[in-house]
Amino acid sequence: MSKRVGIEVSIAIAEAVGLARAEVIPAYPITPQTHIVEHLSEMVANGELDAEFVPVESEHAAMSCCCGSSAAGARTFTSSSAQGLSLMSEILYIPSTMRLPMVMVVANRAMSAPISIWNDHQDIMIQRDIGWIQTFAENGQEAVDLTLHAFRVAEDRNVSLPMIVNIDGFTLSHVIEPIELPDQEDVDKYLPPFKPRYKLDPRRPITMGPVGIPEVYTEAKVAHDKAMKKAKRYILKAWNEFEEIFGRKYNPVESYRTEDAEVLLVTMGSISETAMTAVDVMREAGQKVGLLRIRLWRPFPGQEFRKAVGKTKVLAVIDRCLPPGALCGPVGAELRSLFYKIPGAPKIFSFVAGLGGRDVTVERFQEIVDKARQFAKKRPRELYEVIGVREK
Amino acid sequence: MIPEFEKFKGFKAKNLPKDEPLSSGHRACQGCGEVLALRMVMKALGKDVIVCNATGCMEIITSPYPHTAWRVPWIHIAFENAASVASGVESARKILARKGKIPKKHVDILAVGGDGATGDIGLQWISGAMERGHDFVYVCLDNEAYMNTGVQRSGCTPYGAMTTTSPPGKKSFGQVTWKKNVPAIMVAHNIPYVATASPAYFVDLMNKVKKAALVKGPAYVHIYSPCPTGWGSAGERSIEISRLAVETKVFPLYEVIEGRYIISRKITKPKPVTEYFKGQRRFRHLDEDHIAYIQRRVDAEYEKLLRLAEMG
Repeated sequence: MSKRVGIEVSIAIAEAVGLARAEVIPAYPITPQTHIVEHLSEMVANGELDAEFVPVESEHAAMSCCCGSSAAGARTFTSSSAQGLSLMSEILYIPSTMRLPMVMVVANRAMSAPISIWNDHQDIMIQRDIGWIQTFAENGQEAVDLTLHAFRVAEDRNVSLPMIVNIDGFTLSHVIEPIELPDQEDVDKYLPPFKPRYKLDPRRPITMGPVGIPEVYTEAKVAHDKAMKKAKRYILKAWNEFEEIFGRKYNPVESYRTEDAEVLLVTMGSISETAMTAVDVMREAGQKVGLLRIRLWRPFPGQEFRKAVGKTKVLAVIDRCLPPGALCGPVGAELRSLFYKIPGAPKIFSFVAGLGGRDVTVERFQEIVDKARQFAKKRPRELYEVIGVREK
Repeated sequence: MIPEFEKFKGFKAKNLPKDEPLSSGHRACQGCGEVLALRMVMKALGKDVIVCNATGCMEIITSPYPHTAWRVPWIHIAFENAASVASGVESARKILARKGKIPKKHVDILAVGGDGATGDIGLQWISGAMERGHDFVYVCLDNEAYMNTGVQRSGCTPYGAMTTTSPPGKKSFGQVTWKKNVPAIMVAHNIPYVATASPAYFVDLMNKVKKAALVKGPAYVHIYSPCPTGWGSAGERSIEISRLAVETKVFPLYEVIEGRYIISRKITKPKPVTEYFKGQRRFRHLDEDHIAYIQRRVDAEYEKLLRLAEMG
């Protein structure tokens, strides 16, 4: 039987990685990812998990080690944050086009400068185009479930892609929540052993990572793009199977009180919980407001998102990332692109909030909704607005 | 003494393995001493090996898709990280063997990179892998500059040598720094086996690579690799130049077994360094003063090595 326990989310994620029987775990410490890898290291040290924990000397080495491990046929896991994730950046593009499955939990954190260990999504948005499947968790249970789901999807021979599960640093990684930890037997049923189609094996020698001359480079990248698009089907399938075994249902886009909504907030990650409270407060006050939460970020579930918007005419999109000099945040840009020249498309207003650990409160969500309503009547001068900036 | 060495009788010119894990037909320049050294490395290791190649000449000349010169499993990820990739492969094979998912039979893990990939950009990655004690062999094929990108200087470029980023000019005589002693850095990691080798002494080279593979834990072999294109030397002279590098004490051959230095080929009647410089365009501009300095420093470095060997 699965058990419901009060547990820190990072520890629960490590337990999930253990339940997934990860085999090689190269990791380098960075706040706020540390508790995940510390606990995994402890599990290996105590013999609770039969795995190789490789305490590498940098995140770049961690990702490089993951590539070697996955190519040799082992179930591979790592975790990182912010500066560490950026240090990996050169390598991140490689396992995805080389189709090397692995799972990474990113405890999202702001990027320097100024140095900040606190939460936002700037670290992962820099890595938007690395060609990994990416999901965002809202709470601890989801972090655990998405971690298991990630192994299932990444290693599916129809997919064979690396996968990132994003969890908000501190606001998710360091909180204690009641979480249902699945049964080993159920996890084994959900997650068959990793059997890659190709691996480094002297009995069947292959060459991996060759030179891509101009005659083949485009085709290699197109094959990767196709694989990402095709992956959506298997991502959904793996969520359906997850529901059958564990009873919890996951969708690429979640809707909350969207019926007859005039304004829909759009969020990713743990601020969605506050957003739901804000929606409840606003509904209580008679405002027709709902929430859409994007769980699957790459490949982007355009069809599902459009369907979830329905007839709502105003979207207030919240980015946890401020790309200086850009037209708006990455989620805002994605959605503007999705609805470009679509008849009856909603008006999309882009907001940036919650940078570097700044709280986004219920009041802030009310402010965002109020502004979106104003903008719908009178076009704003700027393409996005940063919420909660102190004047003094 | 290393117990694994006891059963190894050593290669001799008469009993060289017939296997060619690295096929001919690759795209190396004529007279490339690096690919020749790599061929010897692979002959010494045989078929039960997984190769993790750093970006560089050897990577590009052997793997232009859809062709490959490799008859053994081979992976290339990036420039600086071959040792980390090898760490991953080694760790994976360890756990997979423990779980009975792959045969228990030993497979050598080879990481290979040039002098830039090893002594400059990849030093941290190699240091990490050595310190963690992975059972693998790292081979540095040292052609003394960034040849793949067009002959730029590296930390392993010898003093005075001309490269495209250490050009001699009115205010410069070429490379201003002495060659970085990468083998000594590896020795400082207290790994069980470090050696230098040269393709001119191919039996010695193969024996060293085999010993590096036999030893449990990390091992490092630094191989002198002539580059006619980058050095401005005649292709047919690569082996001759390799031999002169040893005979002039410029590139001494030695092993460091569990911290103990052993000179493989003691040079009692050294030739002057000018013999070595002859026919290498990269040294052509050097004046007498610089040559005299190099001779003094080469002698002094060799003395240091002898003293290390005497310490036993």
